[in-house]
Amino acid sequence: MTALAALIKRDIQIALRVGGGALIGVLFFLTVVVLMPFAIGPDLALLARLGPAILWLGALLASLLTLDRLFTADHDDGSLDLIAMSRTPLELSCATKALAHWIAAGLPLIVATPVLGLLLNLDAASTLAVALTLLVGTPALTFTGMIGAALAVTLHRGGLLLAVLVLPLSIPVLIFGVAASDAAITGPVSFGTPFSILCALSLVSFVVGPFAAAASLRQGLD
Amino acid sequence: MTLTTTLTDLANPTKFLSLTARLLPWLIAATAILLLIGLYMSAAAPDDYQQGATVKIMFIHVPNAWLSMFVWGVMSIASLGTLVWRHPLADVAAKSAAPIGAAFTFLALVTGSLWGRPMWGTYWEWDARLTSVLILFLMYLGLMALWRAVEDPSRAARAAAILTLVGAINLPIIKFSVDWWNTLHQPASVFRMGGPTLDRAFLLPLLVMAVAFSLLFVTLHLAAMRNEILRRRVRSLQMMQAGQQAA
Repeated sequence: MTALAALIKRDIQIALRVGGGALIGVLFFLTVVVLMPFAIGPDLALLARLGPAILWLGALLASLLTLDRLFTADHDDGSLDLIAMSRTPLELSCATKALAHWIAAGLPLIVATPVLGLLLNLDAASTLAVALTLLVGTPALTFTGMIGAALAVTLHRGGLLLAVLVLPLSIPVLIFGVAASDAAITGPVSFGTPFSILCALSLVSFVVGPFAAAASLRQGLD
Repeated sequence: MTLTTTLTDLANPTKFLSLTARLLPWLIAATAILLLIGLYMSAAAPDDYQQGATVKIMFIHVPNAWLSMFVWGVMSIASLGTLVWRHPLADVAAKSAAPIGAAFTFLALVTGSLWGRPMWGTYWEWDARLTSVLILFLMYLGLMALWRAVEDPSRAARAAAILTLVGAINLPIIKFSVDWWNTLHQPASVFRMGGPTLDRAFLLPLLVMAVAFSLLFVTLHLAAMRNEILRRRVRSLQMMQAGQQAA
């Protein structure tokens, strides 16, 4: 337990300090959302209608962008081998690393959501709904994305390959995240139905993600 | 001889090559004959009272769509073979199935699109089934990209096996989400409770075509596996030659 706590603390510290790059994700999120009105036009009513979708897409791309950092730095300096060889099961270490990654790179996105909601003309209730769905949904993005990150690091290929492998797997999260947000704002469907499916998707990813990532790390690290 | 000993015997690539060399001509002949019969029956099938002659696209479209999912299942079993039993031919099977599966999926999409044009008045509709087949196609392409990303086949094999199994878990979830998201396509009409709703005049050619396409897959898959084994032999011979020259 202390080993896992130390791992969480270490990963968050590395991510937040100089060269960590966790906060670049938030900056990217902000930039993507600011770009949208230039493509769509400054029509506030239209922006409010598309708001949840824009926020979700931005968060999806931002979390994808930071995924590369989950294992690469540790692989380069050799600490990933130490983690793999330690007595702690690799599955638990992977889950811990993903949790730390989410705290450092995912939570800031959710904190930034209210500000971006203002830019997209969302009212307080809608912004709250989107932030809530992001809070529940982004862990699923991190935990499924971790599988792709583990595959990419063992193959020494990151970047585009990671995106191509991970994006199709994140479609269910996107569907139910946007559906729950829309249901809270306009929809005839009740907020609870898509929201609880979103929670279920996150829970499934907590189970599948660490095992698949640990398996690919074990197979790939020689 | 039980199935396991047969599978263990086949782990020897030379035995596999000689067995398939004897088997393939028969398979090719059976595939060609069944395809001819199926195509004739499809052409002879009556026009639909609503859809006219375009209903015949179904005889090509539906077998392709079935196989697009079946091939992922074959790859998942092969991936289990790679990860659990370390069967030497399992990753050859998984690798050579991927492009074939992608081709079946692509054909299902194209024929579906051609069928949709006269029926729905548009080539593409974001309906649930089309969309999930499109996502399946993207996942096939991603898997092929993973195979191509790494030079060493055995490293790529283990990574691809994990991705295939993750895909096998995720595909039903994706299918369910997309169904929830939207539906316009007609509900399942062949395999369902209370027997098929399809008329016999259409059902029989469809089943013949389905068997013919499955045989086509088996034939193409065995041939592709042979090619992959030979390609790996050429590769290791080249490596040996390069090593000798360097020494």
